[in-house]
Amino acid sequence: MALALALEQRQLKETAEQFFRDKAPVRALRRLRDERDAHGFSHDLWREMAALGWAGIVIPEEYGGADFGYLGLGLILEASGRTLAATPLLSTALLGVSALLLAGTPAQRQELLPAIAEGRLLTALALEEGPRHAPYGIATRATATPDGFRLDGEKTFVLDGHVADYLIVVARTAGTPGEAAGLTLFLVPGEVAGLTRTRTFMVDSRNAARLTFSGVAVPRDAILGPVGGGGAILEQILDRGRSGLAAEMLGSATEAFERTIAYLKERQQFGVAIGSFQALKHRAAEMFAELELARSVVLDALSAIDAQRNDVPQAASLAKARAGETFDLVSSEGIQMHGGIGMTDEHEIGFYLKRARVAQQTFGDAAFHRDRYAALEGF
Amino acid sequence: MQAEDDFRAETRAWLEGNCPACMRTPMQEDEVVWGGRRATFANPEAKLWLDRMAAKGWTVPTWPEEYGGGGLDAAKARILDEEMRRLGARPPLLSFGIWMLGPVLLEYGTPEQKREHLPKIAQGQIRWCQGYSEPGAGSDLAGLQTRAVADGASFVVNGQKVWTSYADHADWIFCLVRTDPRAKKHEGISFLLIDMASPGVSTRPIRLISGASPFCETFLDNVAVPQANLVGQINHGWTIAKKLLEHERTMISGIGNRQGGREHTLPALAKRYAGEVAGRIQDPELRLRIARHAMDSRAFELTLRRVAEEAKSGKGPGPASAMFKYYGTEQNKRKYELMLAALGTQALGWEGEGFTDDQLALTRAWLRSKANSIEGGTSEVQLNVIAKRVLGLPD
Repeated sequence: MALALALEQRQLKETAEQFFRDKAPVRALRRLRDERDAHGFSHDLWREMAALGWAGIVIPEEYGGADFGYLGLGLILEASGRTLAATPLLSTALLGVSALLLAGTPAQRQELLPAIAEGRLLTALALEEGPRHAPYGIATRATATPDGFRLDGEKTFVLDGHVADYLIVVARTAGTPGEAAGLTLFLVPGEVAGLTRTRTFMVDSRNAARLTFSGVAVPRDAILGPVGGGGAILEQILDRGRSGLAAEMLGSATEAFERTIAYLKERQQFGVAIGSFQALKHRAAEMFAELELARSVVLDALSAIDAQRNDVPQAASLAKARAGETFDLVSSEGIQMHGGIGMTDEHEIGFYLKRARVAQQTFGDAAFHRDRYAALEGF
Repeated sequence: MQAEDDFRAETRAWLEGNCPACMRTPMQEDEVVWGGRRATFANPEAKLWLDRMAAKGWTVPTWPEEYGGGGLDAAKARILDEEMRRLGARPPLLSFGIWMLGPVLLEYGTPEQKREHLPKIAQGQIRWCQGYSEPGAGSDLAGLQTRAVADGASFVVNGQKVWTSYADHADWIFCLVRTDPRAKKHEGISFLLIDMASPGVSTRPIRLISGASPFCETFLDNVAVPQANLVGQINHGWTIAKKLLEHERTMISGIGNRQGGREHTLPALAKRYAGEVAGRIQDPELRLRIARHAMDSRAFELTLRRVAEEAKSGKGPGPASAMFKYYGTEQNKRKYELMLAALGTQALGWEGEGFTDDQLALTRAWLRSKANSIEGGTSEVQLNVIAKRVLGLPD
């Protein structure tokens, strides 16, 4: 499996970078924030992305997708990360599609995948229940009823949760919080009796929501994957999510780094460019090395998914951990090296710092993934 | 892909049939094969392994066949490397000629120089050492003072080199010498090949903190060197010197990666010495430090591979080699520090009773690793190179 990009992939990456520069620069995110936009993203932009085949980039052709694989999706996510574009790429094109591909019945796929590919349908993964990533820490109950199940519980930090047409809900049909066994995934419409959705405003100005399920009735055909065996599927969905998010973080970190290097060359103090000072040069060079390593592990994780390698979990944890730490480092140094101007809301470098911390906490931070990597490697 | 699959199958079969069983175990210090006129083989199977590999051209898989190489492209060379790793095969020959001099001779040498030197490097007949650093020229390498004065068909060379690895075992030395003392410091340097058997060449080993003496001082006292041994143009040696440094950095960044056999991994050592609970290293902090190291190593390995694929081979490593050198050596130092942390006082023995040979070797290897981020350009110099040549930050 090659780690260098083929021509077709390089072209996709260039097209995507140009697209986000033109259509969704950082000031578009600023506008969504300042106007407290009800949706938190631009439907027009998403429709354009769908027309380019990006909403369905990993969807097979038989369901109207482009079937370009996770590396292709990763390249688009990376490009979107450069401008911090707020889009449903993560919630829908990555997580929703992955869940349906991994666990959906033919009927579920047929109903939802073509609509996703056309940009008409959004999904969200309703997983977390506490402030730190805990995929098995699920207390939300799914109780069997004569017609199906009844959902009761609360979810937090559901990406695009308040705008999604369908929610993929992780609930417990057996066992106690902390156990992988006993988890079941459900496909639940966004508008359904007993469900309240409250948008939460996060520091990165991207979409998240709190959901409360009070006796939400779901039919049998809403079950996604095996009853009680959702834990293993969830891990696979999450590993795809982690790898794709790592690609987005790589793009954001690369952009923050390049902006910072440009500033080091431009900003004059003591009569010279501050980039001539060795105290800053060495830190810049160290960041360069970290970014090079991050790029390699992200490409490897995406390739591992496409090649269906058996070390996808390790590769995903490695990519998420390293991209997270690199983005944290580069965004912190970005502020410091920009000095006072970097602390102003008017300057854009602060948006990268804010996004870095939210992305770090999404699907497990670096410490979570180091622990997981060690466990997967048998120590 | 079919051609590559065929090559992999052939290579695997050949290695299975030709690599002696004892060459598939971790290499002991006294069994390392460096070649040269005075080469000794503590293990006769090592000689057999070298001869077989040299006959295939696989001591230098990517060099042209006419110079003793295997003529393999980058993809096939990687397959060979992967298959050797799969088998745990030791490298048949360690050589500064292979890692450093050969690549620059291929690029800058005359046809006569290539024909004369490359096959002897490939076959391990001549052992080379590197005459770069001087007592007054370390990080500021271009400040070197060793003088070469043209005198008829020869140069007469006077000066002193230091940190010359294995100079006391080497047959030839590639040297940076000053040929124009009036020019700017980077512009008066030439690249010269010198036979260590020439009158006036002497060496003195330097005892290091590890107790070993892999480095020497090398003295050049009125040494006559034929002008035909000048590589490239006179006073234009700095370009070649820098190119060779890129190869050297790449070599050093891969250090600890050429042992053969299957090494004891850090997690296994930590479990054995620091304890294990339910399959995990008992000390949670040590466990996470080791996890970080394992993840960084994997990321670094993937980066070496990615950059090699992107470079398409042939061009040499370029300024990215500074990043490899910086990261690879710092990572190797961290590896030894973690081994020490895992083994506790059993990795701090010096000699004699109470320690196994492996434990004593680890103490020495840990001390030796401290030189990794100094030799071939310090970590700080590498960061300067990245800042200047990759990031374009101003002086």
